[in-house]
Amino acid sequence: MSRNLLLFAGVGLLFVLTGVFQSWNLALSILLMGLLSSIMALGVNIQWGYAGLFNTGIMGFTALGGLAVVLVSARPVPEGWAAGGSGIVAGLVIGAVSIAVAVQVWKRMPKGMGRNLLVPAILIAGFMVYRWVFDPAVTAVEANNPASAGNIGGLGLPSLLAWPVGGLLAAAAAWAIGKTALGLRSDYLAIATLGVAEIIVAVLKNEDWLARGVKNIIELPRPWPVPYETDLQKSAEFIDWATRWGFDPQGASMIVVKLLYVLLFGLVLLAVIWFSERALHSPWGRMMRAIRDNEVAASAMGKNVTKRHLQIFIIGSAVVGIAGAMMTSMEGQLVPGTYNPLRFTFLIWVMVIVGGSGNNWGSVLGGLLIGWLWLIVESLGPALMGQLTSMMAEGTLKAHLIDAAPHMRLLTLGVILLVVLRFSPRGLMPEK
Amino acid sequence: MDFLNALVVFLNFVFVPGLAYGAQLALGALGVTLIYGILRFSNFAHGDTMAFGTMVTIYATWGLQAAGITFGILPTALLGLPVGIAVTALLVLATDWLVYKFYRKKKAVPTILVMVSLGVMFVMNGIVRLFIGVEEQNFADGERFFISAGDFKAMTGLTEGLAIKTTQGVTVVTALIVVAWLFWFLQKTRTGKSMRAFSDNEDLALLSGINPDRVVQVTWIIAAALATIAGVLYGLDKSFKPFTYFQLLLPIFAAAIVGGLGNPIGAIAGGFVIAFSEVTVTYAWKKVLTYVLPESIMPDSLVQLMTTDYKFAVSFSILILVLLFMPTGLFKGKSV
Repeated sequence: MSRNLLLFAGVGLLFVLTGVFQSWNLALSILLMGLLSSIMALGVNIQWGYAGLFNTGIMGFTALGGLAVVLVSARPVPEGWAAGGSGIVAGLVIGAVSIAVAVQVWKRMPKGMGRNLLVPAILIAGFMVYRWVFDPAVTAVEANNPASAGNIGGLGLPSLLAWPVGGLLAAAAAWAIGKTALGLRSDYLAIATLGVAEIIVAVLKNEDWLARGVKNIIELPRPWPVPYETDLQKSAEFIDWATRWGFDPQGASMIVVKLLYVLLFGLVLLAVIWFSERALHSPWGRMMRAIRDNEVAASAMGKNVTKRHLQIFIIGSAVVGIAGAMMTSMEGQLVPGTYNPLRFTFLIWVMVIVGGSGNNWGSVLGGLLIGWLWLIVESLGPALMGQLTSMMAEGTLKAHLIDAAPHMRLLTLGVILLVVLRFSPRGLMPEK
Repeated sequence: MDFLNALVVFLNFVFVPGLAYGAQLALGALGVTLIYGILRFSNFAHGDTMAFGTMVTIYATWGLQAAGITFGILPTALLGLPVGIAVTALLVLATDWLVYKFYRKKKAVPTILVMVSLGVMFVMNGIVRLFIGVEEQNFADGERFFISAGDFKAMTGLTEGLAIKTTQGVTVVTALIVVAWLFWFLQKTRTGKSMRAFSDNEDLALLSGINPDRVVQVTWIIAAALATIAGVLYGLDKSFKPFTYFQLLLPIFAAAIVGGLGNPIGAIAGGFVIAFSEVTVTYAWKKVLTYVLPESIMPDSLVQLMTTDYKFAVSFSILILVLLFMPTGLFKGKSV
């Protein structure tokens, strides 16, 4: 136990040192990303550590969480919705219904030629009707003031509400993927989730009616109770308070906002840990670990392995979706172009493995430590490379090395992952 | 005449690009499937191995060009290819010795190996970005077209032209040579036979005195060669960008799984299935239809099932369909 406390103290010290030597603003920004990554890592740990499921689509679930924020809390666009909102919804419903009908027909009809012809016919007809309803609606929505809107808009509800919705969206996607890819070879889930993540981000980038695509959605509202810095700076009460304690009002407002976020995210993190620890130590958690350790034995004992896997895959993905929604509502904008698998999928994996798979606190430690490394290398790397190359003559090689410094972190992370997997596969905080 | 024009449009925009892309995917999928058959894990680093091999080839090409050596009408990169293959083979052999060997001796479960290959992917990706950067590189030179659209029109008198890019021709011919050589190697040589034996039944192969280390090394060298060739051909045909190569992982895996993981013939078939589906689904068919349909029933839209941005969705859907209805693939791979 003391070892674990020491590890956390060490990571805490890293953040304090960043605050002292660089700036508290930077230290808090890194801490916020670290907390968000920790929640995502917890979601992945639920899947990998409890059940041995290998999900490489974390980026997709994060992005779905971000989409939830847009749908729930973005400014409504009544003209856009009136132009084609109902058509879009109808089109999507038709698409879903035709898939569901095809699945049911496939299940209920006897094998044979009739089924082999009818199912594709239903799907093709469904697709044509879907396009026939959906396309004009999309064109109408996107034609509405494309420079500033061109989408169906959000509901204008509070941002906090979007977090559970993000979880639900991610859970729904996880259900669809799990239904098809679970129960087959373990690698197939990895490949299928990798593909789904790419498709989700492609949808966000290209479907302008949904979240304006690469034109981005900005000015998403902040979650309660976080104020805007500019409002704080205008408030006489706040300026009074800041000057009394000897702070510069502008800097203090930024710190206060970040501290509130830290509090908010910390609460969510603790709630997720509490729930997953309770679940892990319940009969359900013991069953999960039994399945992970020996699927054959568990299924011989009458446990439905595929069903339990589906369940845990959905829960873990929902946690990732919540974290994704939290991230987007903190950033106040949805920029689909920033969703990069290396940052949002594989970095999270490094956190889980380094922290210790199967241990919730390990995931938090990994999230904070690797999150710190990732962001600090971004700001320190070029400076360090500048120092290293200061002796070299000016020239293309020097310029190239300085340009390339940010890419060092991929290399570093890969080496860290390989070294941990090889020499300490149970991570910094091994599962008990 | 209209029918011929429609056919030429189809060949020009669907068949020829699909054929070249299919050959590139098939070579990539062959590498994945060989590794799967012999080493028994899905190698996530394959896309970045392709990127690495292509990068080395690009440097070799630049060196040759600087020395004033070119390959006539063919791209100089073909001359740089052996260098790329050699360096990539050394890299993957070193990776195997440093990283994978430990897990093989321990008989680790496939998921751990997949995760290890993720680590390798990170490192290779980092190396590529460190050396050549993330920008797009065009390294195709030589003659641009075997047949240009204008020449074709003049030759045949049709209103539509058929252009065959040199890179497309080179891709198909190279792929044919490589595949023919690979099958000869696997079927006729002693090493190839021992590889197939090892893939079919590892224990039996070990009992009959096959040296596993040698089989593994040869597999890695062939996989490196296939990855480099596939990467260079793709780069010549389109352009080289590290992130695109990472994204190629999905269609390549889809091709290997559709054909049946572990089955080389399946990998080739899968490559073409994926490539042609991607091209046909994302192509706007209006231009073909203008020649074959009467004016009255001509649709207004572009007759495009999906925009090209969703080409991943195509390979993904095929992957899901195959997983649902025939999990061992078209050609009975070994996975369940």
